[in-house]
Amino acid sequence: MGISTENCFMLKTFRIGGIHPAENKLSAGKKIENAALPAQVMIPLAQHIGAPCQPIVKKGDKVKVGTLIGKSVGFVSANIHSSVSGTVNKIDKVTDVSGYKRDAVIIDVDGDEWEPTIDRSDTLKRECRLSSKEIVEKIAGAGIVGMGGATFPTHVKLTPPPGLKANILIINGVECEPYLTSDHELMLEKAEEIFVGTEILMKAIDVKKAVIGIENNKKDAIARFAEISKSYPGIEVQPLKVKYPQGGEKQLIDAITGRQVPGGALPISVGAIVQNVGTTFAVYEAVQKNKPLFERIVTVTGKEVKNPCNVRARIGTPFKNLIDIAGGLPGDTGKVISGGPMMGKALPDIDIPVAKGSSGILIIPSSEAKRKAMKDCIRCAKCVNVCPMGLNPTLLMDLTEFQIWDRAEKQKITDCIECGSCSYTCPANRPLLDYIRLGKGKVTGIVRARKN
Amino acid sequence: MENKLIVSPSPHIHSGDSIPKNMYGVLIALIPAFLLSLYVFGLDALILTLASILFCVVFEYFISKFILKSEPTISDGSAIITGVLLAFNVPSNLPIWILAIGALAAIGIGKMSFGGLGKNIFNPALVGRIFLLISFPAQMTTWPAPVLESATDAISSATVLSQLNLSSALPTLSSMFVGTESGSLGETSAIALLLGLIYMLWKKIITWHIPISILVTVAIFTAILYIFDPQPQYNPIIHLASGGLMLGAIFMATDYVTSPLTKKGMVIYGFFIGIITVCIRLWGAYPEGVSFAIVLMNGFTPLINYYTTPKRFGEKQKNG
Amino acid sequence: MNVILTAVAVLCVIGAVSSAILYIISQRFKTIEDPRIELVQEALPAANCGGCGFPGCNGFASAIVKSDTMDGFYCPVGGQTTMDNIARILGRTADVSIKKIAVVRCNGTCENRPRTNIYDGASNCTIAAALYGGDTGCSFGCLGLGDCVDSCLFDAIHINPETMLPEVVEDKCTACGACVKACPKNLIELRKQGPKSRRIYVSCMNKDKGGVARKSCEVACIGCSKCQQVCPFDAITIENNLAYIDDDKCRLCRKCVPVCPTNSILELNFPPRKEPKEETAKAEA
Repeated sequence: MGISTENCFMLKTFRIGGIHPAENKLSAGKKIENAALPAQVMIPLAQHIGAPCQPIVKKGDKVKVGTLIGKSVGFVSANIHSSVSGTVNKIDKVTDVSGYKRDAVIIDVDGDEWEPTIDRSDTLKRECRLSSKEIVEKIAGAGIVGMGGATFPTHVKLTPPPGLKANILIINGVECEPYLTSDHELMLEKAEEIFVGTEILMKAIDVKKAVIGIENNKKDAIARFAEISKSYPGIEVQPLKVKYPQGGEKQLIDAITGRQVPGGALPISVGAIVQNVGTTFAVYEAVQKNKPLFERIVTVTGKEVKNPCNVRARIGTPFKNLIDIAGGLPGDTGKVISGGPMMGKALPDIDIPVAKGSSGILIIPSSEAKRKAMKDCIRCAKCVNVCPMGLNPTLLMDLTEFQIWDRAEKQKITDCIECGSCSYTCPANRPLLDYIRLGKGKVTGIVRARKN
Repeated sequence: MENKLIVSPSPHIHSGDSIPKNMYGVLIALIPAFLLSLYVFGLDALILTLASILFCVVFEYFISKFILKSEPTISDGSAIITGVLLAFNVPSNLPIWILAIGALAAIGIGKMSFGGLGKNIFNPALVGRIFLLISFPAQMTTWPAPVLESATDAISSATVLSQLNLSSALPTLSSMFVGTESGSLGETSAIALLLGLIYMLWKKIITWHIPISILVTVAIFTAILYIFDPQPQYNPIIHLASGGLMLGAIFMATDYVTSPLTKKGMVIYGFFIGIITVCIRLWGAYPEGVSFAIVLMNGFTPLINYYTTPKRFGEKQKNG
Repeated sequence: MNVILTAVAVLCVIGAVSSAILYIISQRFKTIEDPRIELVQEALPAANCGGCGFPGCNGFASAIVKSDTMDGFYCPVGGQTTMDNIARILGRTADVSIKKIAVVRCNGTCENRPRTNIYDGASNCTIAAALYGGDTGCSFGCLGLGDCVDSCLFDAIHINPETMLPEVVEDKCTACGACVKACPKNLIELRKQGPKSRRIYVSCMNKDKGGVARKSCEVACIGCSKCQQVCPFDAITIENNLAYIDDDKCRLCRKCVPVCPTNSILELNFPPRKEPKEETAKAEA
């Protein structure tokens, strides 16, 4: 269908707040390279929002690439597959991205033997004859989760609550986090596959329209997608103005459809379902190639990094191995972040394994890593102006500090999407989001306790 | 690992914005008005401004060091702004000792007694100005004629607003816009102040809500009066261009600490400042009411903050 | 003169009318409160800490007056004397309850537990705990950012700048339990103060396997169960690689202290042992 016609030159964006940090896409245009297989992988059993998996292998078991090793328990959970072939060494607690020690399956790598059901060819397979239900089952079986970082199980998102039905699918190719380029590279190299994935997702939720939103700093991807979209009826490409946090689900829906999801509601309440391009590609591979989710693209980047790059890494590979591909940990390293600089998590060490939600490894030099001293609030209202949810961050921080939970609830603290725009902007260097996150957790707990 | 990694919650980058950056931005925006005051009032303007900055900074330093026993915060530039604004609000022939008292009132009472920058309720420079206006009414309301008109000696001349009330001859509108009429140091030139506003908007130091809502309110309110009774004292253009309105609306009412946080609140705040200003100007005892209007609304700022909320995402759904 | 008289007269009239209105209203809307509530409230320490589980001292007073028994009512701040006084006011007998005290179950001082990374977020334990395990290898230990200190209304807990661990001031601690709730790592426990303030407890909450725990902290409990074997009163249980001493069963015999290979069991306020053994903990926890 080409670029959405009525807004060819008018770039869309969301309406409230937003910031524009320096993009620093150092690894843009770097072809995806395959990371060498590590000697040992540590595959965490909790790589998604929801209940951790139950391990179904034990010490000494032989596994192949793609073998199911963790079975999902409960509805909001996702299967976990082996990313290598070899022998299970043990199931032990390993520090993962959460910063805590949690159960992981540790496998000693031996060769690279894949499950025979997986189609390893590169040929595009466009046709999909499965029914909507079969597609969702296949996605659930492959253990696919939101790969933008939220790691919400995809099959749950594709199963809307009874009575609600989507009428538009939005594919998130925004990648609004500075530094990260993994989605961008994937869009350039696997464009056709992403379109097929989109078609499959449209079929799964039975919608006739899909929009792929891409920020305007990825002009090559927009051009390529616009070209391909001509042969995919129902799929449109929408260039978007560069503004953070456009990749936020609610912001993206607002930018593309002009519908605002009310506070506390799911996107489906305005008839939209959002999937990341990485997830869409994983869906393509799972449905068309029978390949479960056991590898992903990770951007390894940073101002001091010798060779910022995009690598395809097996889940469970230690971050250290990927950093070595990018030229090793620079001498001047202050912080290592899993994800982007705005919402990523700083890591206490670099032996942490790659998980399904690891979109990038960002190494920040020590000069930029330390926060500046916090000053008193001067009430400049800049945080209020940039908040994309229309909240009053400085007030919410005060309410949290003084533990006034009832007012914090009335001030919609639970609407916060933790994008970090407030802390980013604050001229007094106040840790606004640190406190709001704390208050949000407390208030959510209070609300939940009241309901029960 | 040889060097330990730093761990902190997200976000991991910062805009680099800081309190000094904003404060010095405001100072840059004040430069056109300052240059014009030099042109109009000569060396007096320079001496007065420098003295005022010096007093404010020194008072802040000593109060924070010896009374509050805290780290002096003079480097953030806020005391310099208070100094400049205080000087801009007094006549150029004001004795220096009176200015020193004003600076002490501004910094001591207006700012540090509340705990320093960020905690004060009222705009410090205006506290200083009002303190002087009430304590030294004669010195504060006799303005020297601009050096341009009578270079030989300074004869006291009235400001446009006091002339309005006396219905004597008015200076031309163009001189009011450029700023060659008499008045307090920094308030005479509407154009120089507007240049400052444009700079601050461009640098995103302030948003348009407060200054524009004040100016528009004053313009509309006086225009309505002017339609019913076309007397010169109701002329909206004279009201906009004269006295401290521009200075107040652009530099004093927009003070971060004492103005509301939300855009709705800012507009309400600006609206009432406009109304009160015109009321005091036309029917009050003082010829000029901007400072009183701003300080009055400063007092209402916490209340406005309490009752206004930002525009929430998804609250009023406008489905496209 | 006339003006002054008028003014005085007007003021007098206003005063008289207002007082009449006030009197009528106060009579009309008088609520009859049990006078004992006020008496009980006067007997309470007026700290309004909520340590008793009621909203403030007034809440406690009204609740205990309404109730028939003394069961479930205990003011941790005032302690036994206060409860005896209240019992006398209400004509009941107070149960004897044992004075408790807050105990911090972590001995991961800077020496015992080396820092492995630098925390640079807001200075608040709950925020740090939500982010990650902490700036040491032990993800169960004290973060040293002082949520307990902030929560204490009695100035009874402080961070020792040398060890970066909180220390409880015994005389001031009222066992109100605020710090127990505030600690995101659940390190603080209310334990019996013990005769002459003598206490024995396992000063560790690390549930990692022995080797892992030991690697991150020199005084971590490794769950070896030596203390359990030596205890003559069955007071020690091992769960998740962690020993716990039940203060109801413990008779303060001190047999467990020397057998602990990592010195993670602390004894407080005991006289020195006969044979010169290492003095484990001089410091109050």
